[in-house]
Amino acid sequence: MVEHRPLTAFLTHLVLILGVFAIALPVWITFVASTHDELRMNQAPLPLWPGEYFLENMKQTLFGSGLSGTEQAPVWLMLLNSLAMALMISTGKIAISLLSAFAIVYFKFPFRMGFFWMIFITLMLPVEVRILPTFEVVANLGMLNSYWGLSIPLIASATATFMFRQVFLTVPDELLESARIDGAGPLRFFFDILLPLSRTNIAALFVILFIFGWNQYLWPLLITTDTSMTTIVMSIKQMLEAAEQSPQWNIIMTTALLAMIPPVFVVIAMQKLFVQGLTETDK
Amino acid sequence: MADIQLTDLVKSYGPTEVLHHVAGDIKDGEFIVIVGPSGCGKSTLLRMVAGLESVTSGEIAIGGRRVNELEPSARDIAMVFQNYALYPHMSVRQNMAYGLKIRKLPKDEINRRVEEAAEILEIKQYLDRKPRQLSGGQRQRVAMGRAIVRDPQVFLFDEPLSNLDAKLRVQMRLEIRKLQQRLGVTSIYVTHDQVEAMTLGDRLMVLNGGYVEQFGTPIELYDRPASVFVAGFIGSPSMNFLPVEVSGSQAALPGGGALSVVSAHSGTATLGLRPEHLNEDENGPIAIEVDMLEQLGANTLIHGRLHGTEHSITASVPGHAHDGIGSIRRFSASPDLTHLFDTGSGKRLEI
Amino acid sequence: MLKRVHFPTSALPYLLVAPQILITLVFFIWPASQAMYQSFLIEDAFGLGTEFVWFENFQILATDHHYLASFQRTAVFSLLVAALSMGFALILAGFAQRVVRGAMFYRTLLIWPYAVAPVLAGALWVFMFNPTLGIFPYFLEFAGITWNHYLSGPQAMGLVILAAAWKQVAYNFLFYLAAMQSIPNSVIEAAAIDGAGPARRFWTIIFPLISPTTFFLLVINMVYAFFETFGIIHAVTQGGPGTSTTILVYKVFNDGFVGLDLGGSAAQSVVLMVLVIAMTVVQFRFVERKVAY
Repeated sequence: MVEHRPLTAFLTHLVLILGVFAIALPVWITFVASTHDELRMNQAPLPLWPGEYFLENMKQTLFGSGLSGTEQAPVWLMLLNSLAMALMISTGKIAISLLSAFAIVYFKFPFRMGFFWMIFITLMLPVEVRILPTFEVVANLGMLNSYWGLSIPLIASATATFMFRQVFLTVPDELLESARIDGAGPLRFFFDILLPLSRTNIAALFVILFIFGWNQYLWPLLITTDTSMTTIVMSIKQMLEAAEQSPQWNIIMTTALLAMIPPVFVVIAMQKLFVQGLTETDK
Repeated sequence: MADIQLTDLVKSYGPTEVLHHVAGDIKDGEFIVIVGPSGCGKSTLLRMVAGLESVTSGEIAIGGRRVNELEPSARDIAMVFQNYALYPHMSVRQNMAYGLKIRKLPKDEINRRVEEAAEILEIKQYLDRKPRQLSGGQRQRVAMGRAIVRDPQVFLFDEPLSNLDAKLRVQMRLEIRKLQQRLGVTSIYVTHDQVEAMTLGDRLMVLNGGYVEQFGTPIELYDRPASVFVAGFIGSPSMNFLPVEVSGSQAALPGGGALSVVSAHSGTATLGLRPEHLNEDENGPIAIEVDMLEQLGANTLIHGRLHGTEHSITASVPGHAHDGIGSIRRFSASPDLTHLFDTGSGKRLEI
Repeated sequence: MLKRVHFPTSALPYLLVAPQILITLVFFIWPASQAMYQSFLIEDAFGLGTEFVWFENFQILATDHHYLASFQRTAVFSLLVAALSMGFALILAGFAQRVVRGAMFYRTLLIWPYAVAPVLAGALWVFMFNPTLGIFPYFLEFAGITWNHYLSGPQAMGLVILAAAWKQVAYNFLFYLAAMQSIPNSVIEAAAIDGAGPARRFWTIIFPLISPTTFFLLVINMVYAFFETFGIIHAVTQGGPGTSTTILVYKVFNDGFVGLDLGGSAAQSVVLMVLVIAMTVVQFRFVERKVAY
């Protein structure tokens, strides 16, 4: 800051604190809702201060029968499904992108550019614009209601491939030459030199992709019909629908809280990697 | 230990030939410096020997064995790169051991070699550091250590000192020379710095535009440069060149006067005179009109023009000098220290 | 693009790209070409046969006022989402950038909503605006406004815009803050010496200097509003009331999965693909230009 006037400093902090409150408000309301019992949650105006039922709501949400009047998997299973899907998508994307970026940067082979463009195209085709035919493919392959169906169609990734290509291009050529003189073959070079050098890029990308995977909504909604395959994020929709008949907002909001805690925790705990990943993948 | 034969080597990128029929025999244990201006193909030549560039035609043999088709790792060579190319995520010890580990040497053998090399290079206390924690000079030593532990038949150096500051460069130059003499490993060293080339090499290969201009000992290159290019490249300050008309054993200078030379040639030629071979002589044929003085302490460089012409010429005189701008100094030169070159081809005119 | 030195050619590179290429072919290229093929077909009323009709589906779309209205709605929706979240983020970043110590603290407190799934953002907001229980309708009542997004189209639209923009503030804030922090301090100080106060400095120095970031974020936010907000619409309004929140992505889904109009839905998909490609091209152009600077 150029000026050192206490008033401007005070105003600056005031605006920022108001901003933080505005951003946090929806989550605060959610948290408060998860700490009251069903009775209190059906009287307007709703409370703005936490009550005493947090642990009870948590217990009922996680291990209880969920919302009365709905056929749902227990929430702990949904969390597990979400975790499996998020991990499979993020590790899968990273693995296949690392391999293809390695091939494209370090080998000269026929159709290299053809493959490159084919990968590039995936960038232009979000799930939302090709839902029906993709659904048919997955159905024909018998991958409905499986972890494979949840993750594999989502793991082709142009952005991750481009990012690793960028990272590999900044690795000095001499390292490869040096490794060749040391007698390292392609795979050895990949595992001994390239992977360790891209460690932080991999970690940064993992943070972003974990969030991406965890937050998938449309895709799991389409390809899971079996309640035991439900993910936590897609379950919110059913809960909101059920809320119109039996408004158990304390349970619904506890579920919403549980659904957002893992990715939010990842962002806050690995803030540096998260920021790096976000800025790298979008460039 | 091995000798190296380069036979009729050609390198082309597409239709562009960048190395033209390079040949040379390198004896076992010899220290060869390839020197030339940037873009002359010296690094390409070195990388061909290393196996990092393919050979378009011709043959490279190490220890009598053709290596054209061999992978770099199979050629039994070690290379020190300009930017050192240390693996940044490995400690100094791991960097040095990496190649040996790939060759599946026993652990204690690897340890013994690494310790030994570290001892020689005085980097023992850094063995567990990462490259980024080392200074430029220390990294340079690690790069050398990585070459030494492999106990190769040939050392290849690609401008290894160009990233160091001037003082360190002089020191490392001496160390490399001592080390090579101690280990007796055949070495090829690429540089664009002629002083480095002169002080390091048993023999120098001067490359220009992909052609070998001359291949000989530093003294041969200095005393009998094979071309105008070599003559101008080797020696500091550079040789003076003047267009002359030779007849008998007299070279008529532009602007009048004549100098005795040792030559049977007659007609137009390029006369080469090293600044340090110009002797002050009140009656000498070479008159220099002084433009500028460069005081170096032990000697003084007189930059000027050959009187009555626009040909620049430099002379080196011992001690200090106080000539005014525009004043005239006269010099002569001993006939056996003059050089004559063909004006067209630039090749040396032999007697 | 490529390293100076390569490993010798072998089957290995093909094996390395194989998984990526296989998945791209099976789950991207094949379905996309299916969509394109289907967009040229019309099913008869009984679903017994299909007829190849060239561009008839597209012609139907071009004259379908429902579709055109949805197009317009989508444009308004994405512009408002982008403007709202970028404006809010710009103000916050502008103030955060003035805080020397603590900027990173505020960053931590402001970036986490990025991790909240769009559908959850929708759930949070729909709860706060629940007509009978929600906090906001309760207070709005005092201002004489009756809130019921189940009945009022504009209110439903406002709600999904708020939810979509809320989640995106974090992303925009992060990029704005980074852009502002990369402006050399000396430029700001020079302006201060020239007598420009904080507000003036912001609008005449900082804002013009970060205009590339603004453009970049505009494209990113448009893409986000076009495609990623599906969850919000689907969970909160189902495109209603009526069709007042049916944006293009939701319509593709709805016409295809619910309405089973395969040809029409496929034609809509193709239009969306063209839009994505256009936006991607714009974005890449921009990235290239930024590199050139």
